[in-house]
Amino acid sequence: MSTPPVIELRDVSIGYEDRPAVAGIDLTVRTGDVLALIGPNGSGKSTLVRGILGLATVLTGDVQLFGVPAPRFSQRYRLGYVPQRHTVGGAIPSTVEEVVGSGRLTHRPWYGRTRADDRAAVSQAIEAVGLSDRRRSMVATLSGGQQRRVLIARALAGQPEVLIMDEPTAGVDAENQQALVRTLLSLVGSGLTLVVVTHEIAPLRPVLTRVVAMRGGQIVHDDRLAPGGLVSDSSGDCHEAPRPLSEVSRLGEAQSPLLDSTLGTAGREI
Amino acid sequence: MEIFDYDFMQRALVASLLVGVTAPVVGIYLVQRRLALIGDGMGHVALTGVAIGLLTGTAPVFTALIFAVAAAILIELLRARGRATADVLLAVIFYGGIAGGVVLIGLSQGGSAAKLNAYLFGAITTTSAQDLVVFAGLAIVVLLVAVGLAPRLFAVSNDEEYARASGMNVLGLNLLLAVLTAATVVISMRVVGLLLISALMIVPNAVAQQIARSFRGSMVIAATVGVSVSVTGTASSYYLETPSGGTIVLLAVAVFIVAALAATTVRAAHARRHHSTSEHRHEHGVDCGHEIVAHEDHLDYVHDGHRHAAHGAHYDDH
Repeated sequence: MSTPPVIELRDVSIGYEDRPAVAGIDLTVRTGDVLALIGPNGSGKSTLVRGILGLATVLTGDVQLFGVPAPRFSQRYRLGYVPQRHTVGGAIPSTVEEVVGSGRLTHRPWYGRTRADDRAAVSQAIEAVGLSDRRRSMVATLSGGQQRRVLIARALAGQPEVLIMDEPTAGVDAENQQALVRTLLSLVGSGLTLVVVTHEIAPLRPVLTRVVAMRGGQIVHDDRLAPGGLVSDSSGDCHEAPRPLSEVSRLGEAQSPLLDSTLGTAGREI
Repeated sequence: MEIFDYDFMQRALVASLLVGVTAPVVGIYLVQRRLALIGDGMGHVALTGVAIGLLTGTAPVFTALIFAVAAAILIELLRARGRATADVLLAVIFYGGIAGGVVLIGLSQGGSAAKLNAYLFGAITTTSAQDLVVFAGLAIVVLLVAVGLAPRLFAVSNDEEYARASGMNVLGLNLLLAVLTAATVVISMRVVGLLLISALMIVPNAVAQQIARSFRGSMVIAATVGVSVSVTGTASSYYLETPSGGTIVLLAVAVFIVAALAATTVRAAHARRHHSTSEHRHEHGVDCGHEIVAHEDHLDYVHDGHRHAAHGAHYDDH
């Protein structure tokens, strides 16, 4: 029997309280996918990942994580989450190491001392985002881009199998975007599955294998990319993917009218 | 020393030691979550508990504990619902708590303004031997939990949404923190008083915010400040014949002002030592022609009589 998909959604609607923000979603993410979830503001892409993570209510349909229905899924540490946030937050001073360490807690017993493997995982996570020399720095003294990397390291400290990132490049300068892409390339190389909510795929183009576009709370495109270009999907993973994006030959450059409209105002926001 | 000759003062000093260390260690999580005033509300509700104890002849410490814990759980459950009405409901609970306390103490036998004052603002003569046993037991449990579960309480206070996404029991941890806060309110009710307890949870942490560089360091600094002002304030109130709670909190505020001024001065001095990249367009390097001096773990470049050391995107004067 083949490995179950990392994430599988069947006719899912997700919302807040009783109001659905996304509906009729079918999506399968398999191990090794590096997926960008794109769409204009309000298209429901953040709501979709928040539903997968248990932060928004799944109103109807079936969400499975690693083959287990989401409400019964107890190994949440297998999913790493990098929220959409510019700063780390918290009113009391804290160090990079302390914040990243909180990403390791799901591996640790409730009570007891930190084990050597926990410390090693935290160190590796900090190293992966290139902040080893700032590990004892106060997070509040770091730049916005560096604080984003702290949040990524926090998610990595849990050694997840899939990393879900919400707008990791928004508001980050070009230099930090490049640092982020380098980090992601190395993570993908080590077998991590990635789901990235983003307005702009250009900076992430080197790592992407798949682009899912949303509009009005629904998935409107779902296509696979080949390295350096785009090919239409033939794996059968992209359920009910409507019109293929095949006509867009160089997606990363975002020059087609379709992408311009899908990406909305992204260019102006950055 | 004279103050150690009196049993009531010995008890008051031990109680102040217990509250001095406990209140800031619990309060750090409230400050982290930006809920600095929640302890205030629990103190208000605990007053009704005290009054019911006085009316029924039960030890007020026990009834205060029951009311404060019940209020803590109710408050947290209301907060967890996250509706706009929760804010107003919390206010109603807090006002109802203090009004109920004032009225019921008035109705109780021997209820007087002096007694009410002692509960609201603290008094050194009121800690009984039985109180001390309860306070010590509560303080040990609160400290064990607040320090032992520090990583989880830190995580949930720092980023509740992330904690939830990674599968932590966020509601459980929040309820736990609420109950710890309620227990701390009760430990503090004799020496600090129910209206001022929140100050001892918050102000030492405000001091730590000014000078600490890590969460762990903040906790140590806040507890040290808490114990210092609590014991000193209790002793001072004996000599000055002032309410102990007010004296302790004034001392804490004084320490905060000194720390804030010192931190501002240090930051200003540090800023003066910095050259921004716009002011310093020259980029130092081994071949730049400026004299190089080894300084601790880095190199300084001698430039116009200054020693420049690279720091991020700018140079510091060393």
